[in-house]
Amino acid sequence: MSASHLGTLPKHIQDELAALEREEASERAVATASQWRLMWWRFRKHSLAMVSLGVLATLFLVAIFAEFVAPYNPMAVHATRTYAPPQVIYLIEHGRLTWPFTYGLKSTVEVETMRRVYTLDYSQRIELGLFVRGEPYRLLGVIPTDLRLFGTRDGTQLISVLGSDRLGRDLFSRMVHATRISLSIGLAAVALSLVLGVTLGGISGYFGGRVDMLIQRLIEFIDAIPSLPLWMGLSAAIPLTWPPLWVYFAITLVLSLLGWTGMARVVRGRFLALREEDFVMAARVSGSSERRIIFRHMLPSFVSHIIASLTLTIPGRILGETSLSFLGLGLKEPIISYGVLLQDAQNVRTVATAPWLITPALVVMLIVIAYNFLGDGLRDAADPYA
Amino acid sequence: MTSYIIRRVLYFIPTLLAISLVTFFIIQLPPGDFITSFEARALANGDQADLERAAQLRERYGLDQPWYVQYWRWFTGVLTGDFGYSFQWKQPVSALLGQRMLLTFLLALATTVFVWAVAIPMGIFAAMRKNTLGDYAVSFVGFVGLATPDFLLALVLMWISFFYFDMSVGGLFSPEFENAPWSLARVWDLLGHLWIPVVVIGTNGTAGLIRILRANLLDELHKPYVEAARSRGLTEWRLTAKYPVRVALNPFVSGIGDTLPGLISGATITSIVLSLPTAGPLLLQALLSQDMYLAGSYIFLLSILSVLGVLISDILLAWLDPRIRYQ
Repeated sequence: MSASHLGTLPKHIQDELAALEREEASERAVATASQWRLMWWRFRKHSLAMVSLGVLATLFLVAIFAEFVAPYNPMAVHATRTYAPPQVIYLIEHGRLTWPFTYGLKSTVEVETMRRVYTLDYSQRIELGLFVRGEPYRLLGVIPTDLRLFGTRDGTQLISVLGSDRLGRDLFSRMVHATRISLSIGLAAVALSLVLGVTLGGISGYFGGRVDMLIQRLIEFIDAIPSLPLWMGLSAAIPLTWPPLWVYFAITLVLSLLGWTGMARVVRGRFLALREEDFVMAARVSGSSERRIIFRHMLPSFVSHIIASLTLTIPGRILGETSLSFLGLGLKEPIISYGVLLQDAQNVRTVATAPWLITPALVVMLIVIAYNFLGDGLRDAADPYA
Repeated sequence: MTSYIIRRVLYFIPTLLAISLVTFFIIQLPPGDFITSFEARALANGDQADLERAAQLRERYGLDQPWYVQYWRWFTGVLTGDFGYSFQWKQPVSALLGQRMLLTFLLALATTVFVWAVAIPMGIFAAMRKNTLGDYAVSFVGFVGLATPDFLLALVLMWISFFYFDMSVGGLFSPEFENAPWSLARVWDLLGHLWIPVVVIGTNGTAGLIRILRANLLDELHKPYVEAARSRGLTEWRLTAKYPVRVALNPFVSGIGDTLPGLISGATITSIVLSLPTAGPLLLQALLSQDMYLAGSYIFLLSILSVLGVLISDILLAWLDPRIRYQ
């Protein structure tokens, strides 16, 4: 019976009935919702995690469409713009809102220090625009185009919103490309850790006994030694003659070699808890093979826990790569990662004269915080029945 | 208790062996054998003394023998304090280790004390004032502390003191004390410089421990025994400090074991940025110039330092919590 058939009843009783019905419907929805839907509902309540998800999604989009978002080629050297400061984008002119514009930069070379000194050139008003034509490139490596997200209207003037580096390369464009490398290396290293962690943790938790003992000692050992000196030692052995892509994978390997222990602990703990559950016993009694029990019955019930713990390990890998590259032992040019960019900011003098070179570090912090909040939210949501 | 300590110390031996194997592996990693390149350079320079040295080392480390013989010769040497020879400094490695490892140890110790001194009160405060502005402030500081890479914090602190106070904060000593023998004045000078690296390195660990302590204490605060004590009229602070805090500290002590390796990692990179006379900068230099005995020895000793710390925190935990001993 539905509320609309009771038109003769007083208004407040009608309202009450409708409310009751809504409540029932939502209860029914909860009762019949799949596990993943329940997790999503739980996750949605964690507002910081939702914001972080948005931030990371944006950054991943930037990483995927790096060529489109970056106004210039990250390798393009502009000799007249070494250590050029960030250009401010103006929206208001003579007290009125206008199309965004900026002023050009005038530079003179100081004789004693051989440094370029920049002043604003107010006679040079540079109009900015969205979807302007720039240097041609291939979008996603396939589609040839010359459309860039933003830039100067006439295309000959330069705009560097975050300043330029030692060689006059546009820092913003470089950071956009660094996002691609740093985000992907975090994912790649964690993927490798996942394989190691799930395999060893699974063996440890499922079989127990002597094997478990041995793997537990190994985990304790790896957790007790400081990772950075060891990472440094391992990555210093990567031959300088290797092509960039090999170095990239070697660093990924180094980072994940020590990083699988947390994952193994989670998997082992879950296996130990689930081993005693009735449904596992039922599967065993009905003659399922070990393989089937593990992959068909046990694994699906803790995939969510694995995802949550994966998310929480990613920032450690990203910081590891950043630290190694910052020290000159990790990735090197022509690969651009946040660590490679921060190499330019290694000493105080550079930081004092060109403080904008530190902005990559702020993005690294943003990424790390976002992953942490996202991981927290996922961990809360991982067990929606709790 | 004694049997637990003995068991725990005995367990240290295989760990030591494992660390030595990993270190030896790293020493062997660079392609080719390192004495060959040393010899080639000596030959090019016509340096007779170096040539002889190379021949001696080849003999000493059995470089023409299988790896386990090499490993054994190197490891027995390390046990007797012979860490090999630094090709870059042309000195025995042990001569380059002493002072720097001592300062590294001091730095780790000071940072641990700092972490405890800050994290315990802040964690208790955050738990007792749950969901207030103060709690949020502490949590926020904690999150930022966790997310900030050590080297960035070091750079920013250096920049601030360089820009606003016009002083350089690199190093652990003022120039006049750099090579002076130990004295009270030198220790005082050290303390004046030590706080910056201590704060930089400690922030990360502090942030982690605040979160642990807050969570542990929140679990304890609503247990019946707390209620019982409260009903007998104990003041709130006394009651908290006497019972739940002590229980909440247990996982905290084992947490020290978890944070120490991270602390030493942080100390390595921070000391490179701040150019402290500790192990970090020399390790980086040694690795870049493939001075492998020196690099290996640092990695070995830093790992030992960290493992020893974990050992001590385990023993401390057993002393605090009898349940652990009887497991």
